[in-house]
Amino acid sequence: MLVFNKKGIYCSQADIYIDPWQPVAKAIITHAHADHARSGCLHYLCHRDTAPLLKMRLGEAISVTSLSFNEPVYINGVKISLHPAGHIIGSAQVRLEYKGEVWGVSGDYKLQDDGLSGAFEPLRCHSFVTESTFGLPVYKFPAQEEVYGDMNKWCADNVSQGMNSVLIGYALGKAQRILQHISGDRGPVYCHGAVDNVNKVLTGQGIRLRESTRVLSDMTRKDIQRAVIIAPPSAMGSSWLNRFSPYRIALCSGWMQLRGARRRRSVDRGFVLSDHCDWLQLDEAITATGAEKVYVTHGYQHTMARWLREERGIAAEAVETLYGAASEDVGDDILSNDQNSSHE
Amino acid sequence: MNRFAGLFTAIEQTTKTNSKLEALVQYFQEAPEEDSIWAIAILMGKTFRSGIKTRDLKVWATELAGIPAWLFEESYHVVGDLAEAIALVLPRQAGQFSASLSGTIGILQMLTTQPEEERKEVIVDCWMRMEQTERLVFNKLITGNFRMGISSQLVIRALARYTGADEAQVAHRLMGKWDPRNTSMKSLLLDKGRLAEDFRPYPFFLAYPLDAAPETLGDPAEWQVEEKYDGIRGQIIVRNGTVFVWSRGEELVTDKFPEFATLPGILPDGTVLDGEIIGRKDGNLLPFSMLQTRIGRKKLSPAILNASPLVMICYDLLEWNGADIRSQALIERRLLLMQLLATLPGGTPLLLSPVFDCGDWAEVRAIRARSREHHCEGVMLKRKDSIYERGRKRGNWWKWKVDPFTIDAVLIYAQPGHGRRANLFTDYTFAVWEGEQLVPFAKAYSGLSDKEIEELDRWIKRNTVEKFGPVRSVRPELVFELAFEDINLSARHKSGVAVRFPRILRWRKDKPAAEANHKQDLLHLIKEKNI
Repeated sequence: MLVFNKKGIYCSQADIYIDPWQPVAKAIITHAHADHARSGCLHYLCHRDTAPLLKMRLGEAISVTSLSFNEPVYINGVKISLHPAGHIIGSAQVRLEYKGEVWGVSGDYKLQDDGLSGAFEPLRCHSFVTESTFGLPVYKFPAQEEVYGDMNKWCADNVSQGMNSVLIGYALGKAQRILQHISGDRGPVYCHGAVDNVNKVLTGQGIRLRESTRVLSDMTRKDIQRAVIIAPPSAMGSSWLNRFSPYRIALCSGWMQLRGARRRRSVDRGFVLSDHCDWLQLDEAITATGAEKVYVTHGYQHTMARWLREERGIAAEAVETLYGAASEDVGDDILSNDQNSSHE
Repeated sequence: MNRFAGLFTAIEQTTKTNSKLEALVQYFQEAPEEDSIWAIAILMGKTFRSGIKTRDLKVWATELAGIPAWLFEESYHVVGDLAEAIALVLPRQAGQFSASLSGTIGILQMLTTQPEEERKEVIVDCWMRMEQTERLVFNKLITGNFRMGISSQLVIRALARYTGADEAQVAHRLMGKWDPRNTSMKSLLLDKGRLAEDFRPYPFFLAYPLDAAPETLGDPAEWQVEEKYDGIRGQIIVRNGTVFVWSRGEELVTDKFPEFATLPGILPDGTVLDGEIIGRKDGNLLPFSMLQTRIGRKKLSPAILNASPLVMICYDLLEWNGADIRSQALIERRLLLMQLLATLPGGTPLLLSPVFDCGDWAEVRAIRARSREHHCEGVMLKRKDSIYERGRKRGNWWKWKVDPFTIDAVLIYAQPGHGRRANLFTDYTFAVWEGEQLVPFAKAYSGLSDKEIEELDRWIKRNTVEKFGPVRSVRPELVFELAFEDINLSARHKSGVAVRFPRILRWRKDKPAAEANHKQDLLHLIKEKNI
């Protein structure tokens, strides 16, 4: 029912693409990160929480139809529905059914419920298209509560030493998770403009976020002390940070699981906080679909596919896509996503 | 163990030297003595044999993780550090590990005499009771490859602060052979007796590369000018009728140099010389490559000894009649050195390093320009009134090397690095043209900025032609200017040439691959050099 062509994942029966990387007539968008939501399509279909983010990103003029989770639409006989993927707010898996054959397309996903994105819903399908960003057994993420605990302790230590705490994460998704979990007694919370823009769109949709202050260009180190600052990766190494001095800086990402990645970024701390599945979650989720055929995209697709073939007896193959950054890449993923999100 | 893992974390979580120093001092204050002594040994890069094979560790960890061997290997390539890869693939912790650092080492040493089954059982039990960092540190203790992101210098500073002793004194005490199993903190750092131990070398004073015009150094008359020899920096110690030879890497290499075995009868007791050990035959210095082939040998046959006989070209005297004279001025030390060497019988393999009297910097420049003609690599500039410091310091000693050879080469293979560079393509193989073919001739790892490395890494991932394990061949499009110190014909290399210390000077974005150099250009460099 689905094929991978040079424009993206295509369903010819419904004449519609999923997350195409070239302009097409009709596109289903799994979530609003830039590598999945590209401009130039005539018509978009996405979850209702994704629609405003898509407009923020691609322009108010785009044509968008939005759906709720589990609300099917029929296109030329194909039953299409969206299901929570747990990746970021509005992120969805796409389920397509035609004449009894079911396909699932994961987009990006995670099994941990972050309280903002909706809890991942396991789908049963015949064929499953999965991401594999952290598809290696060295990626086993700690429970998020543990990470939030460490993060708050780190911020508290910084406050006690008269320092600001700069926490770096994607403007869309990670930044809001951080915002929601920084405890109130860690001093005032400030957000970079790119983060604040996303926050405004989300609160406009009725999503409740903790209060924070936008960092304005005339603010100096006199205005911001013993505070927590949430900023996108593009802020790292920029002079924008100077106004927070003295500060400590931490990067929040699944990539921080590896020491090499932590050390290379020259940050004071790395918090392993991810919006993707780790190795165990990928294995669990893929097996739970019951799919006979699995297509593994962006990440460690070759490794994951071989594992599924040889150890799980699933017909799996790796597929090259333009999602994520170049595969096997530490940290770029963060930067490439961010460069898009910080332009808003 | 927990405390030591905590130190590891504290050091890793800061990029500031001062915070690292504080973490170290705090560790020495809080840890029991028997742990501190091991911590010092480990941090100073002393290794001990655990007797457990790396291969076994891999197999056990892979089994425990429930993954096939190929998957462990792929993970290891991405992580770039075996100890870390093992720590990460293991199942979640189940229990607590309570042994101290010295206790843990005790366990490992006890295992050396145990059968394999027993070893496996103990290691697996330890792993399962440890959290992530403990596992990493534990694995590094076993594999014996411990680098923690702090220099020996910093350990010395921390110990000086902890004991209240002078840094120089601490540095001296930590040099040379000592065994943490039978050394106490007190005997290592404070006892009078230890200083008398005969084999103990002095910390080397290392010159800083000159990074400005020599005119900035002022009057050339204030500087002692010598050639920079291309051999092995060493210290020869004669005390109580015994000779010890130390290399700059703090390795005791007496056995490698039987030429110096007769020195105790010739030099007075209480003599320490600093100089360059170098091949010399028929009055001429030999190139480093001759020395290198000799160093690698386990047994020195008469043929080898005869092919590359060694001398030390002495340029400093650190101990004279049993007295440490490092705080005297260089010019005074040199006078004593000359007197000492003048009394030696003919044939003694100790020569005085000649000094050039230069009226102006132009003369120094000329000496530097000619130095390669007799296998030297530039000049040394030492302030005549300088004391003998320790470590690499700016100010009084400078090395001013000749400009390296350079060549424009094409990038053809790339491989991920290790440690800080893990999972980034940072190890590159370069080639030059031979007709229509590209012949690989050098590997280089250094010279690019972090930003360039990341840019190149992205390019490599997009332009991979083939993968062979961790190695990728890439489209032969990018040109880099490589620098190297020396070039020679070599039968061992596919290209027929061997280059020394190759590194990247710059990324020639202005040059297409077709304009890179040819093998003929390399051969030409060799020819020119040997004129």
